[in-house]
Amino acid sequence: MIGSIFSLEVLASALRMSVPLAFAALGGVYSERGGVVNIALEGIMLVGAFGAVLGTYFTGNSWIGLLVAMSFGFLIALIHAIVSITFRINQIVSGTALNIMATGLTTFLSRLIFKAAGSSPHIEGMTQWHIPGISGSLSPLMVIMFLCIILSQFIIFRTRYGLRLRACGENPFAADSLGIDVIRMRYSGVLISGALGGLGGAFLSLEHARVFVEGMTTGRGFIALAAMIFGRWTPIGSFGACFLFGLAEALRIRLEGLGIPTQFIQMIPYIITMLVLVGVVGRAIAPAYDGVPFEK
Amino acid sequence: MTRRTIISILAPLLAVILAFLVGAVVIVFLGQNPFYVYRVLFSNSITNIDGWGYVLFNATPFIFSGLAVALAFKGGLFNIGVEGQIYMGAFAAAWIGITVNLHPILEIPLALIFGMLIGGLWGFIPGILKARFGAHEVINTIMLNFIAMALTNYLVNNPFKEQGQINPIPQTKELYSGAIIPRVYPLFNRLGIKMSPSVPLNYTFFLALAFCFLTWYLLERSRWGYEIKAVGLNPKASRYGGIKPEFIIVLTMFLSGALGGLGGINDVMGYRYRFLDGFSHGIGFTGIAVALLGKSNPIGIIFASILFGILDRGALAMDVFTNTPRELIQVIQAIIIIFVAIGNELIFRLLIRLERERE
Repeated sequence: MIGSIFSLEVLASALRMSVPLAFAALGGVYSERGGVVNIALEGIMLVGAFGAVLGTYFTGNSWIGLLVAMSFGFLIALIHAIVSITFRINQIVSGTALNIMATGLTTFLSRLIFKAAGSSPHIEGMTQWHIPGISGSLSPLMVIMFLCIILSQFIIFRTRYGLRLRACGENPFAADSLGIDVIRMRYSGVLISGALGGLGGAFLSLEHARVFVEGMTTGRGFIALAAMIFGRWTPIGSFGACFLFGLAEALRIRLEGLGIPTQFIQMIPYIITMLVLVGVVGRAIAPAYDGVPFEK
Repeated sequence: MTRRTIISILAPLLAVILAFLVGAVVIVFLGQNPFYVYRVLFSNSITNIDGWGYVLFNATPFIFSGLAVALAFKGGLFNIGVEGQIYMGAFAAAWIGITVNLHPILEIPLALIFGMLIGGLWGFIPGILKARFGAHEVINTIMLNFIAMALTNYLVNNPFKEQGQINPIPQTKELYSGAIIPRVYPLFNRLGIKMSPSVPLNYTFFLALAFCFLTWYLLERSRWGYEIKAVGLNPKASRYGGIKPEFIIVLTMFLSGALGGLGGINDVMGYRYRFLDGFSHGIGFTGIAVALLGKSNPIGIIFASILFGILDRGALAMDVFTNTPRELIQVIQAIIIIFVAIGNELIFRLLIRLERERE
């Protein structure tokens, strides 16, 4: 029984489930390292999921779908940046408003464009990559995710850009006095998080469901933020946490059919998220000026 | 009226107008006539008594959810979990209504108090997690929304499902008559205001007004209210003032959750007389817009709730009579939140500049 749960198949499924979370959590790392809390990631993922289907549906090319997903996420992030960095509005208020907007907008447009309530027509997913010598196939988005994680770990901790971004999150006043354009750095962090969150949403609709369903992110943007905290605001740590959440989700799918009411199985990721948040406090320290608007 | 009060009324008004202008651009973009769409939106709600009845009926739950968010705001906390508190409180009240059969004088308060307690519990959990462990309430309240929806979905589909009926949406059986909050049309008709019996406006609306007063009293006239606001402004300073911020955080979240727990009463005890799965459809999130637009002030919350009640009522007509999906209202709502927040900030900066110039 235990053996069958922790089979290779479950691990593979866990890896797949961790991809959308990892993209969003990575986005959270860029945004929060620069000092901007981005709870709009939930809405960003949702518009990404919608954009991916929209682009793929009209062009028949899922790579264009990915581009649309990234640009939709980017646009929501741009609003978040303007509202919370330029106008210095509370970042939670801005993020919450954008989440409401994303829910309304995607449902509104989906009904308008696809003339159907609930979900879009089914689409062809991405072509999977076959690796010679190994049975099974690989999702291109998973490969992109791994590249992004490794690249980001390098960018954030080993490049001048990363150092400056972190400075803006740790002490924007010191960064400013050293001639760093805090506003611009923060914009960059939020906008990158928008594009990445959009990719995370795209995985949900393009790879996982192959259809856009209204409200299909079901809290994954928030779960990704919890994973980012658990991963101590680092790309590799966040991925590790996302894999744990992916594992929980893969086990959840396995548990369905064991006679436990589905509703209780559905609660598992949310309960784990709360436990993780309680468990890591004191050991995970956020950037000092995370969430604090910067004013010269 | 001081200049400050005038500005604080004008700013949200301007934000609402701007949000509608953005909405109009969207409608034009869709190739439709914004004047026509907006006429449909408003003409069905505010041009006759019955329309107003529906508007106030729609506004009632928003008053509760708006108060819940506002109370947490005052304590420096974000209660994004009102949606979950609504489901939990509504189910608790419905549970009393289907299990206990008493005289309304006893049963209605019993159901309300139980609803507040369970809603309060749903606020207490993120409160204690924040006070004891420093876990951020934003993510926890959101997680509890999903848990509450799954839990009530289970309860209404399994142990409490109405037997011998096939319903499109799962629901409990009907409440005992003792738990039913009556409609107001007989009262209005006696007062000479002609309201049709089909209008669902009920006494929950007056209960909501009473809770506006109670919240105002709590915040402005009581010691707890003073301490909540002190912690909201500066938890460290409040500690030097002899306040225990940890206790106040838990208390604020509990009271906020209790107010949220009443957000479903209008539907459960005043309209359908049963708990319907997923009935809320975002009342808790509208509460965030209501609290911001009403500047966390109970009177402001009443007006903001009425505005969103109008939009809600009009959205239905818009869906039926125009080709614009009703979700446009949700988009306008989000734009209102952003514009109000920006407007408040800009005016705040303006006031500071004016005061500096005066000095």
